[in-house]
Amino acid sequence: MKQVYLDHNATTPTDPEVVRAMAPYYTEIYGNASSVHMFGQKARRAVEAAREQVANFLGAKDSQEIVFTSGGTESDNLAIRGIAYALRSKGNHIITSSIEHHAVETTCKALEKEGFKVTYIPVDKEGIVDLEALKGAITDKTILISIMWANNEMGTIEPIEEIAKVAKGKGVLFHTDAVQAVGKIPVNVEKVGIDLLSLSAHKFYGPNGIGALYIRKGTKIQKQMFGGHHEKNRRAGTENVPGIIGLAKACELAGQRMNDYGKDMTELRDRLWEGIRKNVPHVKMSGHPKERVPNTVNVSFEYLEGESIILNLDMEGVAVSTGSACTSGSLEPSHVLTAMGIDAQTAQGSIRFSLGKDNTKEDIDYVVSVLPDIIKRLRGLSPLYKEQ
Amino acid sequence: MSESSFGEYSEQVMEHFRNPRNVGVIKDASGTGHVGNPQCGDIMELYIKVENDTIVDAKFKTFGCGAAIATSSMVTELVKGKTIEETLKISNRAVAEALGGLPPIKMHCSLLAEQALKSAINDYLKKSGKPEIAVPKDDHHHK
Ligand SMILES: Cc1ncc(COP(=O)(O)O)c(C=O)c1O
Ligand code: FES
Repeated sequence: MKQVYLDHNATTPTDPEVVRAMAPYYTEIYGNASSVHMFGQKARRAVEAAREQVANFLGAKDSQEIVFTSGGTESDNLAIRGIAYALRSKGNHIITSSIEHHAVETTCKALEKEGFKVTYIPVDKEGIVDLEALKGAITDKTILISIMWANNEMGTIEPIEEIAKVAKGKGVLFHTDAVQAVGKIPVNVEKVGIDLLSLSAHKFYGPNGIGALYIRKGTKIQKQMFGGHHEKNRRAGTENVPGIIGLAKACELAGQRMNDYGKDMTELRDRLWEGIRKNVPHVKMSGHPKERVPNTVNVSFEYLEGESIILNLDMEGVAVSTGSACTSGSLEPSHVLTAMGIDAQTAQGSIRFSLGKDNTKEDIDYVVSVLPDIIKRLRGLSPLYKEQ
Repeated sequence: MSESSFGEYSEQVMEHFRNPRNVGVIKDASGTGHVGNPQCGDIMELYIKVENDTIVDAKFKTFGCGAAIATSSMVTELVKGKTIEETLKISNRAVAEALGGLPPIKMHCSLLAEQALKSAINDYLKKSGKPEIAVPKDDHHHK
C-alpha cells in the first residue's frame, strides 16, 4: 500500500545526513563535555562549534545566547518560568495568546496557581493576535509577553515584528515559541528584536529530544533544572552531545534549503487544497490565507468528526492529524479553533495536513484521490448530513 | 493530557468501524432515539422497528469518533431479534464487551449507544401507551 506522511508538524523524519553527523558522537567522541581530559574536550569543542552554528542560523550575535535543552517543551518552560521567577520582584503579570501550544499554555496556567497573573490575548478568525488588545493589556506589572511565531494547528504566522516593537516600546521582555517556524520560514532574532526564542530539532529534520532556547545577552533567567553548572549555569544536566550535533546539522541544512522549501511546500500545499476543494463538497480552510507557514493547511470537513477521518485515511496509508498530536486523544474541540471563533462542530471535523520536504506531487494526488470516497462514506453515517 | 487512543482499538472495534452494520434511518420506525451533545462531538440517532414486542429491525446514524460509530453499529446488531425486556438489559458495558473492550477514555462513547437505545425504547413505549423507563444520565467526563 502507498504510504503518505502528512503530519510533519507533529514530527519529521531525521535527515540521513543529520544521522550521519551524529553517529561518531555516540561511538567515538563520547566524552562528557564537562570533563577536562581529551575525550571531554573533543566533545566540548564540538558542542561549542554547534552552538556557534545554531546562533548563526538564528541571527544571534553571540553563541552564548544559545542554551541547549531537551526540546520545545523544556525551552518554553525555561523561558516563561525562568523569566517569571527572575523578575518576580518587578512584577507578576504575563501576557500570552489564546492559541499557544500546551507547552506554553499549561506553563502559564501553572504560574497562575503560583500567584502570577496571566492575560490571554484573543485572536481573529484567521488566528492573528489582536495587537490592540495586546497593547491595552500591558501594565507596569507586566514582565513578559510570550506569543508563538507560527501556530502548530493552523500554521498562521503571527505579526511577530509588531509584537516585538510593542514589547520593546514598553520595556517588556518578549519570548516567542518558534517551534513551528524554525526551518520553515526565515527566523532572525536580531532583525525582529526578540529576547527569548524556543526551537525544537525534531520539527525540522533533526533528532527528537533536543532543542534550544535563545536568551538575549544580559537577560536574567532563573534556572529550572537544578544540578551542575552546565550551559553557563542556566540548565543543569550532561549535554546531549549527539543531539546537539544533530540540531546544528539540521539548522545548517534548513538554511541551505530554505528558499526551495518555501516554494515547493507552497506549491504542494496549494495543490492539495485545490484538489480537496474541487473534489469534496462542504469543506472550509481555516487559518490565514497568506500569513501561514508554507507546509500547513487545516481543513474542516463539515458534518464529520475528525477521528473517523483520520482512521479512514490511516487505513489508506495516509497520516494526518487533528490539531496537535498531544490533543488528538482529548474529547474537546481544539482550543485553537475555538479561540478563532470556529463553532464546535466545524472544529470537530478539522484536519491538519502538514507537508514535508520529501512529499511529492504523486503523494498529494494520491491523497486527493482517496479523500472524496472516505468523506462521502462517512457523511452517510452522519445524522447531521441530511441533504442529498 | 490524555494520549491518543485509536491505536488501542480492538480488532472488533476497527472491524465495525470499517464496515458499520445497519446504517440509515427507518422511515416508519416504532421508536426513535436521538441523543448526544454536539459540544463534545457526538450525536446518535437510533431507529427501532418493533413487532409483537420484539425488535425486528434497527438502524443508526452517528456523528462521533471511531468508538461511537463502532458501538452504534454493535448495538443495532445486539438488539435485533430481542424482546423489549431483553433489550433493556443491554448496558453500555455489554456493548463495549461485545466489541472486545474500549480504551478507558472511550468508555463514555458506549454510553451514548445505551442512551440512544433506551430513548428509542421509551419513544416506542410512549407511542404504544406503556409506562416509560429511566434513561441513564450522561456522564461524559471531559478533561
Ligand atoms: C508550537 C509548539 N511548541 C512546542 C512544542 C513542543 O516541542 P517538543 O515536542 O520538542 O517538546 C511543539 C511540538 O509539539 C509545538 O508545535
Ligand atoms: S463519541 Fe465523544 S469521543 Fe467518542
